[in-house]
Amino acid sequence: MRTKLIILGTMLLCLLLQCSLLPAISIASVTPNLMIIFTASFGLMRGKRSGLLLGFLGGLLTDLLLGSQGGLFVGLRAFVYMYIGYFSGFCYHIFYDDDIKMPVVLAAAGDLAYGFLFYVSQFLLRGRVDFFFYLRRIILPETVYTVLLTLVCYRLFLLLNQKLDIMDKRSVGSFV
Amino acid sequence: MSHFRSKTLLFILSVLSGIIIILSFVVDFSVNPLNYVAGYVLTPLQSGINQVGGWLSDRMDYFESNLDLAAKNEELQAQVDELTVQNTQLLQDHEELNSLRDLYELDHKYESYEKVGARVIARENAGNWFSIFTIDKGSDDGLAVDMNVLAGAGLAGIITDVGPNWAKVRSVIDDYSNVSAEITETGDTCIIAGSLDLIDDGKINLVKLNDPDSEAKAGDTVVTSHISDKFLPGILIGYISEIQTDPNNLTRSGYISPVVDFKDIKEVLVIKNLKQSI
Repeated sequence: MRTKLIILGTMLLCLLLQCSLLPAISIASVTPNLMIIFTASFGLMRGKRSGLLLGFLGGLLTDLLLGSQGGLFVGLRAFVYMYIGYFSGFCYHIFYDDDIKMPVVLAAAGDLAYGFLFYVSQFLLRGRVDFFFYLRRIILPETVYTVLLTLVCYRLFLLLNQKLDIMDKRSVGSFV
Repeated sequence: MSHFRSKTLLFILSVLSGIIIILSFVVDFSVNPLNYVAGYVLTPLQSGINQVGGWLSDRMDYFESNLDLAAKNEELQAQVDELTVQNTQLLQDHEELNSLRDLYELDHKYESYEKVGARVIARENAGNWFSIFTIDKGSDDGLAVDMNVLAGAGLAGIITDVGPNWAKVRSVIDDYSNVSAEITETGDTCIIAGSLDLIDDGKINLVKLNDPDSEAKAGDTVVTSHISDKFLPGILIGYISEIQTDPNNLTRSGYISPVVDFKDIKEVLVIKNLKQSI
């Protein structure tokens, strides 16, 4: 229970940072996507189930918090982040979670997929067909910046997760 | 077993988010408890971060060379003198205009807009796809959706979303923005349509200009038109930078350069009169 609350708290903190601090450190008006890093990291460290639940919740909260920004409909981020968390969870049993390469690849793939879906749903449907412009101007820079941020954030998330694991084991031990 | 359960969960949540997406076309989600959280938690956070940023850039400016500033000061002083002369003349004209208007019994509606100043506290909220900024005043200060927002001399955007102490402004360069406008010199109407791929060039699309005699030319002034149902008439948007006739030979299109520097908006003025209520 305590573990869950701490993870939810971390998610809320990431959400607040995403909406307040990250736009302030944007380079060339491109902001990294901390929520994708969070979802991919925790999917990788805690498995499919946690990944998809955290992704869904985080995406839905982001959607609601940002409200009717542009012509955006609520639920798109919830959907995309959920699948990012789910597919990251596939790697839970296959890869060691203290290897930095895997979360970087997952966050990059997730951000690319998110950017692509966002382009299709918000721009292509309104007749903006120049995909390569959007790829060059927004999707790729955002992915690169997200990858750079993953290198920093994943270590912090990993540290937190290890602390939580130790805490869980200790509380289980005290019952026995 | 747990494998199966997470798959089921994925399926249920996928359907759920599909339902939410469909619902959001019908139901207005912009008023929800989270928006109040945003108001009370995010707004102070954002203005705090903004203040730190402002302080830093102030320090940077402080180190700018004094000589440069002195030269600039002299130049500006000359400009002030010149403008003062112009202003006196304009004031006289203005008086004359007012008295003539009185004669014709027209109301002076252009100068009687009630305005309120606000500070920009966040730009491009968390995503990279929109040109939307947040200002630090909201419904508590009497702001409402659809109020026009000015920056400096020109139109910056329109309020799309309002909370107790914040409001979101969609700028005219945003990809979703379409403003009905007219060319002052010819009186022809057109649409100013924002576009993401022109933002870096500092231009906005001008489309559907109804100008059968090809009178409009580069350099002409573009202002908001009298036929828009949301934008007040006569607000300066920018100047035509390029114009050509469309392949259909009926309308013309081109680009305008906005008067507002959208990369560097710090303070804005919100006009508290709504077009619908005038």
